[in-house]
Amino acid sequence: MDCAQTRSCMHGYLDGELDPVTSAGVEEHVKSCAACEKTLEEHSMLRGALRKSAPYHRAPGDLADRIRSEVRRSAGVAGVKPRRFNWLPFQLAAAMAATAAFTWIAAIHVGVPSAEEMVAMQVISGHSRSVITGHPADVTSSDQHTVKPWLSSKLDFSPPVTDLTTAGFPLVGGRLDYVENRPVAVLVYRHRQHIIDLFVWPKAGSDDAPSMRKLSKNGYHLLSWTKKGMAFWAISDLNSPELKDFARVYAAAE
Amino acid sequence: MPYPCITGRASGIFPADSGNKTWGKTVSRLTTTESLKLDGQDKIKRFEDAVMVHLDAAYNLARWLARDDDAARDIAQEACLRALRFFDTFRGGNARPWLLAIVRNSYYTWLEKNRPEAEHVPFEDDLHTETTDGADGGGRNCFDSIERMLQQEDSRRIVNRALDQLPPEFREIIVLRELEDMSYKEIAAIANIPIGTVMSRLSRARRMMLVRLRQDDAES
Repeated sequence: MDCAQTRSCMHGYLDGELDPVTSAGVEEHVKSCAACEKTLEEHSMLRGALRKSAPYHRAPGDLADRIRSEVRRSAGVAGVKPRRFNWLPFQLAAAMAATAAFTWIAAIHVGVPSAEEMVAMQVISGHSRSVITGHPADVTSSDQHTVKPWLSSKLDFSPPVTDLTTAGFPLVGGRLDYVENRPVAVLVYRHRQHIIDLFVWPKAGSDDAPSMRKLSKNGYHLLSWTKKGMAFWAISDLNSPELKDFARVYAAAE
Repeated sequence: MPYPCITGRASGIFPADSGNKTWGKTVSRLTTTESLKLDGQDKIKRFEDAVMVHLDAAYNLARWLARDDDAARDIAQEACLRALRFFDTFRGGNARPWLLAIVRNSYYTWLEKNRPEAEHVPFEDDLHTETTDGADGGGRNCFDSIERMLQQEDSRRIVNRALDQLPPEFREIIVLRELEDMSYKEIAAIANIPIGTVMSRLSRARRMMLVRLRQDDAES
């Protein structure tokens, strides 16, 4: 690396933005070039001085309060009421479902839950939690090319994501959850006003099970199947035939 | 030689927006999630959790850009309200760069309204001679003097002034990099410029600051 190259890479070097090879090239050059070494030191000092001494202007104490009250005011005034979706009945339903799920958990602890019931329980809890907290998705997008990479970047596998808008099940987004002691992907779809959560994770040693297993608990319908080494669990408050439609459409599109 | 690991535009910082020109200006695509809009209280809560925690950063950038306390208050407040309006387009992740982009847009709106006479003067003065960063014949003295100066008690004032005097497009890059610790990719997304431009502005801004510091030292 010569002086010109070193100068042009110097800032990337100081900011830790260079790849290791280029970084090593800069270091190698300044060892043998006093001028470049001096420049690097000056910039490094300047950087240190800025971080140490440049005033950081924190927001005045009353500004946060003022903005908070403005935010509340404008949210109240600007709200387009008719278009707003009323979550209250769903939250109540979810709260009741969660209570029921809890009771069910307590009940099955008396008996011995099957492995499948254990998973169903976790899926119900995950779904209820997202409904109660009003947080359907971590990444909200109807674009499968946004949702899939986002999920892949957070997980050690890449779930099959397909937008099924044309079939009446638009993609809402995706989120992460934790089932069977591992992070799993949750694909969020919508059908009319109903949310469908599809939990997906790799399941070692699972054969393709073309037949879907059906479960109904606490007012939710669940469908589970495995395909290409992945476990799929769909859950919704949709009625059972419609959920089955969804599963069929998804499995066919995937 | 190009910068092997930092080329290209800053796509992917805000996966929500295909073109980050939409921030704080117009948002053309509200998504299918409209029917999922949460009720007001919940939205405000999520908004405050995600965005209001970065108010200091918003104010700091506004203050450094406008260089005026009252203006900074107005800009930070306007930016927060804009952020609330466009909160539906925010798709999670760190809201700080997202908010800072809105602050920046709010600042330029404010500038047009309040200082229409503000000229955009490209900063071209005595820096053409500085392409070699003072390595030309300055010798050891330059280095010593800057080091000495930065160790002085009033280094805070000196640094403040050197930064304050930078033209805004350079000042903002330094503030984002050194005070907000944003990566090149994030800065590129916030300022809506290619990463290569972030690099060149940063390098230029630092050289300008060193020139100022040397001048200060010569005058003292």
